[in-house]
Amino acid sequence: MSVLTKAAPGAAAELATGHPGKRRRSTPRRRNQRSGYLFLLPWFLGMLFTIIPFFASLYLAFTDYNLFTEPNFVGLANFQAMFEDPRLLQSLKVTFIYTFVSVPISLAVALGVALVLNRGLQGLAIYRSVYYLPSLLGGSVAIVMLWRYIFGNDGIVNGFLGIFGIQGPAWVTDPEFALSTLVVLNVWTFGSPMVIFLAGLRQVPTMYYEAASIDGASQWRKFRSITIPLISPIIFFNLIMQLIGSFQTFTQGYVMSGGTGGPADSTLFYNLYLYQKGFTEFEMGYASAMAWLLLMIIAIFTAINFIASKFWVFYDN
Amino acid sequence: MALLELPPKRKQEKAAKQADPEDALSGTKATRFSRHLILCLVGLVMLYPLLWLISSSFKPSNDIFRQLGLWPENWDFSNYEQGWTALNQPFHVYLINSMIVVVLSIVGNIFSCALAAYAFARMEFTGRKLFFTLMLGTLMLPGHVLLVPQYIIFSQLGWLDTYLPLIVPNFMATNAFFIFLMVQFMKALPKELDDAAQIDGCGPFRTFLRVIMPLCVPAMATTAIFTFISTWNEFFGPLLYIQNQDLYTVPLALRAFMDSEGQSMWGPMFAMSVVSIAPIIGFFIAGQKYLINGIATTGLK
Repeated sequence: MSVLTKAAPGAAAELATGHPGKRRRSTPRRRNQRSGYLFLLPWFLGMLFTIIPFFASLYLAFTDYNLFTEPNFVGLANFQAMFEDPRLLQSLKVTFIYTFVSVPISLAVALGVALVLNRGLQGLAIYRSVYYLPSLLGGSVAIVMLWRYIFGNDGIVNGFLGIFGIQGPAWVTDPEFALSTLVVLNVWTFGSPMVIFLAGLRQVPTMYYEAASIDGASQWRKFRSITIPLISPIIFFNLIMQLIGSFQTFTQGYVMSGGTGGPADSTLFYNLYLYQKGFTEFEMGYASAMAWLLLMIIAIFTAINFIASKFWVFYDN
Repeated sequence: MALLELPPKRKQEKAAKQADPEDALSGTKATRFSRHLILCLVGLVMLYPLLWLISSSFKPSNDIFRQLGLWPENWDFSNYEQGWTALNQPFHVYLINSMIVVVLSIVGNIFSCALAAYAFARMEFTGRKLFFTLMLGTLMLPGHVLLVPQYIIFSQLGWLDTYLPLIVPNFMATNAFFIFLMVQFMKALPKELDDAAQIDGCGPFRTFLRVIMPLCVPAMATTAIFTFISTWNEFFGPLLYIQNQDLYTVPLALRAFMDSEGQSMWGPMFAMSVVSIAPIIGFFIAGQKYLINGIATTGLK
C-alpha cells in the first residue's frame, strides 16, 4: 500500500475517482518500482565505485599513505607541506596562467566564428566540420607531439617567421614560451564551444532583430542588446565546462615535456605534478591532498561563476 | 540543475530554416565574398598542421623541416614500413589493443547508460529525483579526486597491467554525460509507446529492449562515437595501468616513439601519428551528424 501512496499523480487521481481498475493497476506499478532499481543496478555499482573512492581519497589526504605501508594519520601536514612546496605553487601558477589565458581566447574566437557562420552562409556544414575537427584531436598524443615539432627550433612556425626575416625563439625549450605553445593548441580546439554557440544562436528569434532594425539599431547595438543577453546561458555553460576542463589538463603537459613538466617546470600542470607525486614517487597521501585542493579550487571557481551569473546571465522564462 | 537545455533537434532545424532565407539575403555580394574568404583562410590555418603532418609522413626525414610546402617533392613510403616495425611489437598489435579497449568500452557505455537513462527518463520509483540529481552532480566531479583510491582498488584486485581498469568502469554507467544525453533523448519519445507495449504484454525490460532501444539509435550512435574518440585518445588511464609494452595502446606506443627520439625517427613517428588519428578522422566524417547534434545538446567535447 505504501507504494501506492508514493506513486505518480496519475495513480493518485485514480484513487480519488475510485476508478475500479485501481487494484489491478497497482501490480505493474509496484513492478515498475522494483524494475526501476534493477535498471539502475549498473549505475548503483558505479556510484559505489565513485562514492567510496571519493571519501577514501578525503581520508588519505590526511595520511602519509605510500602504497607500501599502512597509512598513518598526519592531520593537516600534507596541506601545510603543499603551501611550502615550490613545485606545487609553480604547478598552480602554470595551470592558472594556462586557464585564464586560453579559456577567454578560445571562447572569444568560438563566439566570433559562430557569429560569422550564423549569417546563413552557403557551406555552413563544411566550415563547421573543418573548425570542429581539431577539437577531437587536441588531446591526442599524436597532435601534441606534432605541436612539439611545429614549434620546434626549425619547425614550421619558425620557418614561417623566417620568411619575414624574424628569428623565432626556441618555443619548446625556452621556459618563457613553452606554455604559450600549449595555449595556442587549446585555442586551436575552439570548435567544440563554437558548435554549442552555433546551436544557441539558432535559437535567437529573428523577430527581435527585425524589430531592432525598424528602430534603427546598429549591428553592434543588436549584438550587445539582443544576441549577448539571449545566448548568455550558453556563454556561461561554455565558460564553466572550459574552466573545469582546462584545470585538469594533463596529456598536453606530459607529452610536450616528455613527462617532466619542463623546461624549468614551465609546463608542470597541476595534474601532471599530481601524477608525479602519486604514481612515480608513490606519495599517495600527498597526491590525495593535492586532488582535494584542486577540487576545492574548481568548486570555488564554479561557485563564483554561479553567483556572478546572476548579474549577467539572462534566462528567458 | 541542468546547465543547458536546448530544445530537441527538430525544433532547432526548423528555427534555422526560418532564419536562413532572411540572413542569406543580408549583405551585398562583396561582403558575402569577403566572409567566405576569411572563413576559408581561418579554415586553412586550422587544417595546415594536420595537412603538414600527413604530407610529412610521406617525406624522407631529411626533407621534413626543409619544406614548408604541403606537396612532398620526393615521395617516400618507407616511413610507414619503418614506423610499423620500430617498436617492440609491430604497430598493428597496438592498434588491436586499442580496438579491444574501445569496442568493449562502447558496448559497456551504451548498455549501462541506456539502462540508467531508461529508468531516469521513463520509470517511476522512489528516489528517482534524488538519484538523478546525484548523477548530474557526478557530471561535474573531476575524475582525479577518485584516482588514488581507484588505483589502490584496481591494484588490490590484481588488475594492473590488464585492460580491466579501462573497461569495467564503462559497464557501471560511470559516464554521466551519456546518461544525460540519453535521458534527454528518451524524454522526447511519446509516453504512449510504453503503454502500448505494456498492453501488448511487454514487461519493462522487453519494452526497453524492443521499443525504446531501437528508437534511440541516434543517441546510441552519438554515445558510441564519443566513446570511440575519447577512448582512442585516452592517454592517462593506460599510462597509469599498463606497464607491459606488449599491452600498450596506441597513445602509449606513440609516446614510446618520443622516447626513442632522434632525427631519423621523425618520419616514422609522423607516419604512425597519421595511422593513429586516421580512425578518428574516419569516424568523424562518418558520424558528423551525430557528433554535432550530440555536442549541441550536452556540451560534450
